[in-house]
Amino acid sequence: MNDSTHDVSNRALSNLDLETSEKPYLDSNELIINMGPQHPATHGVLRVILKLDGEKVLGTECVIGYLHRGVEKIAENRTYTMFNPYVDRMDYVAAVSNGLGYCEAVEKLMNVEAPARAKYIRVILTELNRIASHQLWLGTHALDIGAMTPLFYTFRDREEILKIFEKYCGARLTTHAFRIGGCQYETYAGFEKEVKNFLTFVAPKIDEYEELLTTNRIWIERTKNVGVISALDAIALGVTGPVLRASGVKWDLRKAQPYAAYSEFDFDIPTGTNGDTYDRYLVRMAEMRQSLRIIEQAVNRIPEGPIMAKVPKIIKPPVGEIYHSIEAPKGELGYFIVSDGSTQPYRLRVRPPSFVNLQALDTMVRGLLVADVVAVIGTIDIVLGEVDR
Amino acid sequence: MPNFIMSYLGIKDAITPGAAGSQFWALVYVFIIFAGVSVAVMAMNWLERKALAHFQIRLGPMRVGPHGLLQPIADAIKLMLKEDIIPAEADQFVFWVAPLIGLLASFTVYTVIPFGPSQAVSDMNIGILFMLGVSSLGVLGIVVAGWASNSHYPLIGALRSSAQMVSYEVAMGLAVVSAILMTSLNATGTGTLSMIGIVQAQQQQGVWFIFKFFPLGLIAFGIFAIAMIAETNRAPFDMAEAESELTAGYHTEYSGLRWSLFMLAEYAAMIAVSSIAVALWLGGWLRPFPNLLQGPAWDFIFSLFPGLTFLGLAAIAVVGVVRMPSHSFFKIQRIGLAGFAAVLGFIALLLLIIAVAGRSGDASGAMSPAARFREGIDYVYWFVFKVAVFMYLFIWYRATWPRYRFDQLMKIGWKVMLPISLVVLIATAIVGVLVS
Repeated sequence: MNDSTHDVSNRALSNLDLETSEKPYLDSNELIINMGPQHPATHGVLRVILKLDGEKVLGTECVIGYLHRGVEKIAENRTYTMFNPYVDRMDYVAAVSNGLGYCEAVEKLMNVEAPARAKYIRVILTELNRIASHQLWLGTHALDIGAMTPLFYTFRDREEILKIFEKYCGARLTTHAFRIGGCQYETYAGFEKEVKNFLTFVAPKIDEYEELLTTNRIWIERTKNVGVISALDAIALGVTGPVLRASGVKWDLRKAQPYAAYSEFDFDIPTGTNGDTYDRYLVRMAEMRQSLRIIEQAVNRIPEGPIMAKVPKIIKPPVGEIYHSIEAPKGELGYFIVSDGSTQPYRLRVRPPSFVNLQALDTMVRGLLVADVVAVIGTIDIVLGEVDR
Repeated sequence: MPNFIMSYLGIKDAITPGAAGSQFWALVYVFIIFAGVSVAVMAMNWLERKALAHFQIRLGPMRVGPHGLLQPIADAIKLMLKEDIIPAEADQFVFWVAPLIGLLASFTVYTVIPFGPSQAVSDMNIGILFMLGVSSLGVLGIVVAGWASNSHYPLIGALRSSAQMVSYEVAMGLAVVSAILMTSLNATGTGTLSMIGIVQAQQQQGVWFIFKFFPLGLIAFGIFAIAMIAETNRAPFDMAEAESELTAGYHTEYSGLRWSLFMLAEYAAMIAVSSIAVALWLGGWLRPFPNLLQGPAWDFIFSLFPGLTFLGLAAIAVVGVVRMPSHSFFKIQRIGLAGFAAVLGFIALLLLIIAVAGRSGDASGAMSPAARFREGIDYVYWFVFKVAVFMYLFIWYRATWPRYRFDQLMKIGWKVMLPISLVVLIATAIVGVLVS
């Protein structure tokens, strides 16, 4: 964080002190207001301290930690298997991706590889989850900008994905779908057919969302040139995922460091050019379509065979450390695990995309208006469970 | 009976009670309008929630009464029973008085709204001026509310709405002036500011002002239609209460009855501005084609519309009764909805009887009291029908569009709407001179 943001927090504190002492009734100082932690548009319990000149944002300071549960510390006191469900609670709208990243990291540490069928199931579920996550993002983002209706459309269609999850593993949100070494459950009867049905069902629905927003004059005015972040800035701040790609950087871990079965599928990486909110919107909409492509290929080519690799009942990875990252819906989700050879990790560190992307908020909103702060928080697509862990 | 009481009771149905000096009937009209607007606000509240819900593939209120018909009443009771909170830091008196300012402003406007040539409280000769003046007082309530709350979000909301309303008032006023200019296109060459006079001018000229000097009237109407959304703080111009940005804007600190007064004022203002639009451009109380399709036969056909509308509503209610699940849990709801359908059907029947009984015979000019009554109902019906279309549009906008940003709204107001309305005004004047 640079100097001026510290300035904001200092001012905020000094302002609080002033409340009790004498204060001129009329003054023309900058306004310091708290957005959150209880605010309809901060997507949970994010607190943003805004320094405003009228409506213009002079600086922001994010205060996080309201949802801190100490997930990384918990990992040190749980066995590798026991910790698996905890990762679902970080980014709870993309629990499947979290599970995939964790399972693959431990597998890499143990030098095990999941069987091909398990990999395909993982890809299908993870991409379904990506669509669900993007749908939730779109609904809430549009709601923040004032379009109420897309929220209900996206939730209606997200429901179909959650139904597939529920049938597969019994849970809708915190799925715990994968196990270290593969998958616990074989696909249920009619899984392929249902996924294919979903593909034909959702493709026109994505067009429907676009119809409401993409060419909507107000939507374009609200999002074009709002929250611009250049490719260099984005890289410098460690921003990943759709936010980075919208700035024109063609960086997708599914292509750059293929994991699971992604190297076997044919798909494009949508990128933007301006790095503004509208481009991020377009990139995510295109990503949903690319996910459909991947799922279609995966479902058609899903191999037969075992779904679980040979993994000991008690997981004891050899001494060593590993960093493994995947392309979660929100960006690069990395797990750094240090093993001391026991059943529990010596240290587990998560690199959450939301947390890192949130750093870009200040760069993006400086000089914009209050209404844009809301739009930019929406476009970064943060989940506070993941930011705070 | 003493003569002066009789003079109070005497209805002169050719002119409004205000113009006739009949204070008694003026008071009766005021009460009828007050009750009517309050009921309309409740109905609008229900309709907005239901229509919005159906836009958004939801059901909306379904529990209180059949299809949530009693929901507004339940809400009203709840709001009245809530604790009356005035924040400790607030300016107590101003906080208390703010909702009343808004409410007074939006209800006072109704004194000049012409539901018919004599169906108004008063025919003020400066009617439209009075209306614009009083309705813009509503912003005072909002500004004062935001200021008195002594809190950041309400303050920003109040600032936004004051800037917004002031800038849109200008374009709105210019659009109104271009409509008023059109009223002067008659033999004497004098226009009128009276709301009733404006509608009568449209009747005499044989054209609704929206179609006059095509497309000038249409553009002026369009400007007014946009400005009136901004004026009433509705989506997509609802910046003053943008919930995703300012939590609730100027009424963040308000709750209970005071909050409901703001809502009442907002909805009443929506109806009021729609009434202005209807009176100025859409022929007010005039039925479609009043000059083209003349004669007793056409009169009779159009006079059936009020009854048929209620019949249609009753039919919808009957469909609702039939479609309700047969489980005994729904018994009371079914009875309630059937009763509602019966009431609507009864009203429809009454209106149809009036339409038949009040049929004007040959064109001798003399009208029976029944015919006059029937005519009055027709006037009110067509006026309310047109306003209702606007109300539906308000809901539709809200369901469809994202919210404008504050600076974009100001940009549109000053850089787009104001020049266009100026050009339209000048063009209207020039064309008017050339035509006459």
